[in-house]
Amino acid sequence: MIELIDYGGGNVGSVIRCLHRLEIPFRMAGPDSLPSGDRPMILPGVGAFGSVMRRLSEGRELSKGGLADRIKALVAEGTPYLGICVGLQVLLDESTENPGVPGLGLIPGKVVKFTGGKIPQIGWNSIHAPNGKQAPDGYVYFVNSYYAAPADPSVVLYEANYNGPFCAAIQKDNITAFQFHPEKSGHFGHELFRRWFDAV
Amino acid sequence: MLCRRIIPCLDVAGGRTVKGIKFQNLRDIGDPVALAVVYQEQGADELLFLDISASHEGRETMFHVVEQVAESLMIPFTVGGGVSTLAHVKKLLNCGADKVSVNTAAVYNPQLIKEIADECGSQCCVLAIDARRRSDGNGWEVLTHGGRKIAREDALAWAKEAVELGAGEILLTSWDRDGTHEGFDLELTRAFADALPVPVIASGGASGAGSFVDVFQQGHADAALAASIFHDGEWTVEGLKEVIKQEGIPVRL
Repeated sequence: MIELIDYGGGNVGSVIRCLHRLEIPFRMAGPDSLPSGDRPMILPGVGAFGSVMRRLSEGRELSKGGLADRIKALVAEGTPYLGICVGLQVLLDESTENPGVPGLGLIPGKVVKFTGGKIPQIGWNSIHAPNGKQAPDGYVYFVNSYYAAPADPSVVLYEANYNGPFCAAIQKDNITAFQFHPEKSGHFGHELFRRWFDAV
Repeated sequence: MLCRRIIPCLDVAGGRTVKGIKFQNLRDIGDPVALAVVYQEQGADELLFLDISASHEGRETMFHVVEQVAESLMIPFTVGGGVSTLAHVKKLLNCGADKVSVNTAAVYNPQLIKEIADECGSQCCVLAIDARRRSDGNGWEVLTHGGRKIAREDALAWAKEAVELGAGEILLTSWDRDGTHEGFDLELTRAFADALPVPVIASGGASGAGSFVDVFQQGHADAALAASIFHDGEWTVEGLKEVIKQEGIPVRL
């Protein structure tokens, strides 16, 4: 069982359908019913960095710090976290997409915009594990204009190239995060999802 | 490196795929879900479902088809055909479509593009353009109503306007080549792909693998769409990609 966080701003439907296909049981969490921390959590994110951070700081349970504080506290306690797309980006300190809006700050560094090519990057790109990390190569589906530039390059789990190398996935302790959409990345994407679930 | 995409197109009417589809090993060749899965397993990068239903009942059925496709498919898909309101777009997205393509309604009401982009994001707003070479030879015009109306004099200007309004991709169909099997319109595709800051999907005229190699190398297309060469069983997506890859074009294989 995992907890899927629906902050109300993005379409979590595709992740829900992916979990159905993989037969992974889950329950929903959100701004009005914060994740409990006794289960691994998934945060899918769609849209602008600033709007996602704002949504994470709203809701009826704001007196308890809201989603943003809860996620930070749970990750610090060791609860496994899987971020997808903007769910990766909000882990960083900030983004050039919305300067001045603080991220969760769980991964030091910032989120920056692609400087070349058509923006957003839309389509399948190949990913590979740098730093001798053990992770299978493959093709995954991206839709993004921005990407994370972590201060510590050793947290990069996957790298890809779009007019230059960029961070496609992060792994640090109990944090895993994909810039691409595993739920839309065919059998390989589903395998990556399954590997994360089996590991946690 | 970002791959060039191959996108099979399925015409759907009243919940069934139409046009001659000649697969041997499909129990029900009219079932869009079964056919979609076949193309996914062949290595299709995305799929386009075009609702060509003329009736209200047919359109209602489409929502159900989209839901079923979304449950089964592990790759992105776009739904288009007769989409004319933001409410219609949102309903298709809620049913599980990743993107929605708009055509005629956007030509006559460009603000629809802005509404979709603002509400749902540019990444799910595809503008479809039916373009035909102008009779004076200068550029291309926009056709609507099955080619009976010239809606815009300058198709490229329309595409640029649509991108400004928030269109995230352009599905560019050559009216001159559609259904001819003479190859994609390279000049048309290149003019749009080079001028626009968003991906261009070439459509119309697909023949063999050579036509795809040409539209990527010479037409600079980001993606290419075809229907009958796949439905006829003439080519599998995988077979096509193997030839394209040999030419040094990045594809997912």
